[in-house]
Amino acid sequence: MASDDLCYLDHAASTPLRTEVFDVMVPYLRDHFGNPSGAHRVARDARRALEEARDRVAEVVGSSPHDVVFTSGGTESDNLAVRGFVSQEYPTPVCPATEHHAVLDPVEHLDGRIVRVDSTGRVDLEHLAASLDPSVGLVSVMAVNNETGTIADLASISDVVRSSAPQAILHCDAVQAANWLDLVDVYAKVDALSLAGHKIGGPKGVGVLVVSASATPRPMLLGGGQEHERRSGTQNVAGAVGFAAALLATTRDRASQAARVSALSDRLVAGAIAIEGVEATVGAEARVPGICHLTTSVNSEDLLILLDREGVMASAASSCASGALNPSHVLLAMGRSVAQATGALRLSMSHGSDNAQIDRLLEVLPPAIETLRAASDGSGRA
Amino acid sequence: MKRALVAMSGGVDSSVAAALMVESGYEVEGVTLRLWGGDSDSGCCSVSDVDDARRVAQQLGIVHHVFNYADSFDEVVVTPYVEAHGAGLTPNPCIECNRHIKFHRLVERSDLLGFDVLVTGHHVRKVDVAGRPRLARSVDDTKDQSYVLHMIDEEVLARCEFPLGDMTKADVRDRAAKLGLRTAHKPESQDVCFITSTEGRSRFLGERMVLHAGELVDIDGTVVGSTEAIELITIGQRRGLDLGGSTERRYALDVDLPSRRVVVGPAEQLETNAVRLADHRWVAEAVIGPVLAQVSAHGESHSATLDGSGQLFWDVPRRRVAPGQSVVFYRDEVVLGGAVAALGSCSVSEST
Repeated sequence: MASDDLCYLDHAASTPLRTEVFDVMVPYLRDHFGNPSGAHRVARDARRALEEARDRVAEVVGSSPHDVVFTSGGTESDNLAVRGFVSQEYPTPVCPATEHHAVLDPVEHLDGRIVRVDSTGRVDLEHLAASLDPSVGLVSVMAVNNETGTIADLASISDVVRSSAPQAILHCDAVQAANWLDLVDVYAKVDALSLAGHKIGGPKGVGVLVVSASATPRPMLLGGGQEHERRSGTQNVAGAVGFAAALLATTRDRASQAARVSALSDRLVAGAIAIEGVEATVGAEARVPGICHLTTSVNSEDLLILLDREGVMASAASSCASGALNPSHVLLAMGRSVAQATGALRLSMSHGSDNAQIDRLLEVLPPAIETLRAASDGSGRA
Repeated sequence: MKRALVAMSGGVDSSVAAALMVESGYEVEGVTLRLWGGDSDSGCCSVSDVDDARRVAQQLGIVHHVFNYADSFDEVVVTPYVEAHGAGLTPNPCIECNRHIKFHRLVERSDLLGFDVLVTGHHVRKVDVAGRPRLARSVDDTKDQSYVLHMIDEEVLARCEFPLGDMTKADVRDRAAKLGLRTAHKPESQDVCFITSTEGRSRFLGERMVLHAGELVDIDGTVVGSTEAIELITIGQRRGLDLGGSTERRYALDVDLPSRRVVVGPAEQLETNAVRLADHRWVAEAVIGPVLAQVSAHGESHSATLDGSGQLFWDVPRRRVAPGQSVVFYRDEVVLGGAVAALGSCSVSEST
């Protein structure tokens, strides 16, 4: 099947690199190869590009350029925040149960506290307040959930954290939010923000932690002292240039893309829930338009295989290291059963998604589910 | 084009099986089963084995999937394995995995997903006997795996292919090397996949059940030694019995869990002419009369007779079979079925 025929509905996993991003990266892969820490002209060229990229990111997020720390991506940014803001004095990190593993795992590793969510995936504010005390060094809440698309009520969360744990740093994993939410608005409510390049039409292997200069995370990587001692290691100059370009393009297109993808999402969900046994996990009003999460009555592993055969690429829950699907911790935290979590289907869109792809999906999804449902009814297999 | 789903463990056999199916003109996809969520000898939930299977699939240009059967595996293999030890049995978890996971759930799954055949890299042959499919031994006697696949009935067998049955292990490795597959020189997995060689069976079981100390007694009841875990002693076992420095070769003749006693004695006391069997599984019709019977995965087969109630009588007395072990029946090279040695089959009073 030619790539033109591919129906890629897995943008929350990774997005195609925007052509304009690729174009601005190439000179820094080929010509301006210098180490930005050096003193000569080749190094200066690289350093200038790096700092221009930093300025652009700061502008989009509404921060000082000094706040922008380039990292290898969302996972590193999240780890730097969680691990970097707990200390002997404030040893306890706190996060909701629906966080990405890049936050959840370091929080659990540090014996942190996990906050309950409601059936939509929104943080239980009373439980959050009850989880906060003077030992808390960091609270981390994602702006948009990567599986369900649920938008967090950051204003209320921020109020609770400021009043119940004023000493705590409030970090926000905004990796999935950048396509859909105004990042100035998000950053204004928190102290630190993680973003990743490849979720917004940029390259893999680059991201940022934006963190106000008054709160310096303890670094995980020690070495040359780059990024104001917050993240040692020669910077990925082409990556930073690409990241900034992708963030600018995403910000420029955000309003028009949100409107366009909303219409696609409405069609997708209406068509999908007409299939017996299919339900939308989160209503359109509570989520970003680009992530449509469904539960079906059939096994996700099988459904993804049948969809893939028809050229439709989707995903289900998070995979473990082996690549096997595990029942989603997000859905379980939202009170769904293991059976529901086993039938999860995430269809996600951003730039490049169009009506023809929704047509294709709605053509192949009903027969795929019907095939699996008929067989499982027949054999009694769940 | 016919579609084949190849169960790829990440070992050399299933790698070559997949390659042979591609060469035979099938549209092939590979699947690795995630069975065990805990530690294994190839790392947590065998990630490196999955990586190897995926890489081989890439080299062969076929699609690769991972199916998560960890919950099922726990339910139908690991938990019964632990419970069987608690009941005084010596279970074979590989047979249970083949029975419940590979040749039940996975076969159904391959049907569901539109595959015409399920393929594995087992060293067995599928042969035609009077127009009906039968499982037969590999041409490589030393690698034959028909014992652990005896439970596949003819209906399931019709949906399976075993492309390695006519090859020796050396042929398989040679083919893998020629194809440049990364698994060509990979060592064979030996033991139970969910028990690590560093942890061992006693620690694995000790964490999941209560192990009881017991006495070792000789046939007249004299205490001659002790054991820390009577549940780990298997009928016929000689090594690891603490007999207080006695040099005489003595074997576990009987394990009586309720009284926490193991009867030990010389090899000749192990011999019996009958095996009490339960849980028979037939490839097709039940068989009565002379058969060849095999009582361990790589043991020899011996002449015996099955009576109308499914009990086995050896032509020449043989060592007792530990309860819980499978006994597999053959006619020449062809598997007829099998059964499980039942508790009580080995009591001293039955020996003749």
